[in-house]
Amino acid sequence: MSVLVNKNTKVIVQGLTGSAGTFHAKQMREYGTHVVGGVTPGKGGTMHEGFPVFDSVEQAVAKTGADASVIYVPPPFAAEAILEAAHAGIRLGICITEGIPVLDMVRVNRALTGMNHFRLIGPNCPGVITPGECKIGIMPGYIHKRGRVGVVSRSGTLTYEAAHQLTQLGLGQTTAIGIGGDPVKGTDFIECLAMFEADPETEAVMMIGEIGGDSEERAAAFVKANMKKPVCAFIAGVTAPPGRRMGHAGAIISGGKGGAGDKIAALQDAGIAVAATPSDMGKTMAARLM
Amino acid sequence: MKIHEYQGKQIIAKYGVPVPRSVPVFTVEDAVKAADSLMKETGVPVVVVKAQIHAGGRGKGGGVKVCKGLDAAKEAATKILGMQLITHQTGPEGMKVKRLLVEQGMSIARELYVGLLIDRANGRVVVMASSEGGMEIEEVAAKNPNAIIKQHVDPAIGLQPFQARNLAYGLNLKGAAAKNGANFFLKLYQAFVDMDAAMVEINPLVITTDDQVYALDCKMTFDDNALYRHKELEEMRDLDEEEPQEIEAKKYDLSYIKLDGTIGCMVNGAGLAMATMDTIKHFGGEPANFLDVGGGATAEKVTAAFKIITADPAVKGIFVNIFGGIMQCDTIAKGIITAVKEVGLKVPLVVRLEGTNVELGKKLINESGLAVTSADDMADGAKKIVALVGGAK
Repeated sequence: MSVLVNKNTKVIVQGLTGSAGTFHAKQMREYGTHVVGGVTPGKGGTMHEGFPVFDSVEQAVAKTGADASVIYVPPPFAAEAILEAAHAGIRLGICITEGIPVLDMVRVNRALTGMNHFRLIGPNCPGVITPGECKIGIMPGYIHKRGRVGVVSRSGTLTYEAAHQLTQLGLGQTTAIGIGGDPVKGTDFIECLAMFEADPETEAVMMIGEIGGDSEERAAAFVKANMKKPVCAFIAGVTAPPGRRMGHAGAIISGGKGGAGDKIAALQDAGIAVAATPSDMGKTMAARLM
Repeated sequence: MKIHEYQGKQIIAKYGVPVPRSVPVFTVEDAVKAADSLMKETGVPVVVVKAQIHAGGRGKGGGVKVCKGLDAAKEAATKILGMQLITHQTGPEGMKVKRLLVEQGMSIARELYVGLLIDRANGRVVVMASSEGGMEIEEVAAKNPNAIIKQHVDPAIGLQPFQARNLAYGLNLKGAAAKNGANFFLKLYQAFVDMDAAMVEINPLVITTDDQVYALDCKMTFDDNALYRHKELEEMRDLDEEEPQEIEAKKYDLSYIKLDGTIGCMVNGAGLAMATMDTIKHFGGEPANFLDVGGGATAEKVTAAFKIITADPAVKGIFVNIFGGIMQCDTIAKGIITAVKEVGLKVPLVVRLEGTNVELGKKLINESGLAVTSADDMADGAKKIVALVGGAK
């Protein structure tokens, strides 16, 4: 078992013919993901790098039976691309695009209300991987290895860091989910923690947070109340100055809220082991699983 | 992106939000002229001279003066213009005042607060109001959270008139003031969403003795991701208020933030960049900057990033920490080698490479003959650079 994606997942690529879409579609296919086609309006009926191209997600779903879509569409059009996927009956939309205006995401989340067949991961995320079965996104496949730990993270490169350490220590991952660094997003920690808690293969969860907002605090309360599996964490941004956006749109301490100290305290209070440095993420998990 | 108070007022005024009469000026002479004409227009011999900098707390720092008569206005303008204004948001060195706003005096009955921002917990715009005008909303939230009235907005239909009335009545506004207040909130919300603001704070919002409602201050920031659809904001950018290195970084689409330490950092990924700063601090060093070169950086971009770091005189050592995903380690290596050839390397450099094409990247660095210390992982690299710049404090 795993969560969100497995060897049966059929993926289409929205924005296939762009440079990022093309590069990563090929990488995903090489990894073994069933990439069944792509969507670029106006280019339907053609082939691109061996992938059939469709004019709309609706057509792609009808012809290929795709149940997941990965979105590499540029920021001005990405919000609409997410809604197109949801309306075409896609089950899982993974939006890699960075730089979507936050008010666009406010409207998207409102428009997705009640569309319970659809889950959005991202935007501004590396994607989702179930090692050995399905990689959807931009993460390097080879640092992952099928194993025991579920990974959920707001940061792309820190997810790689965690996965790499877990692989080196022989613990591996069940599924690694990058939920993205934007302030308004499709899926947050709590939903991922619940999925991992319910997944029989996942033995423990590594969660990686960062400054800004209170997702980590809410996740800590969820872990305390609902989870039996061990959870380890790392929080980036202990040294981040207030009021400055640290790269990610969501990574900002504002109004005295969202600092790393409060998050670490809340996580520790919930019995979560917090790694002191990112180099200790794997070791911290190994100690919990001894 | 931040703008000045007077620019924010110009924007919200276009949406029909009432603002006092005011004139932005750059010289004492123009300040006096502005004060004179405002006094004549309003028939009230009072103006307020306000420093325009991109930071809050200007009043407490001595950057805002109420002036009775032209002499007082001249004195205030002379004193404030050019001063190094220190507030709780500027840092200890303060910010130099280069612009002033001269504004009409008002007869104020009440001072209130209203702010709009995105509530991340539910992904909606929230309008917050409080009777504690002039006080920081964070302070009110800490001391008396019940004093804050909130209305969350459904983006499909926008702020509804009943919600605007709830805010007005919640603030104990009555009669004409309540009606004017509700109107004010509706218009301010429209300005917020139309302009893709990240935050708007009116503190204070004032009720005059004749029940009019005015934005006496206006702090407005914008969503950087939405600037592409607001070209008109580009000319409101005040580069004097930004760090020169940050301006340079923006040209190359690099995410760079200047900090106070001595160890320059170059990292790919925002989370990893923050974590690298944290790790340096953990081992006793102080980071000189946050720098995310991004996922798809070219060698040219890496070269530019390296030059920005070395241009900071406070930098006594550099730590390059890369976990290549899309970013390939050999690209980073090429960028560093080019940069060092062009600008030289006067401080120790520690490089940690991991991920895609790591062997190729390491080979390029080794064969370049550069004086580079290699690191096995992030912690190892942080320890090494801290030791090289003179050890932990």
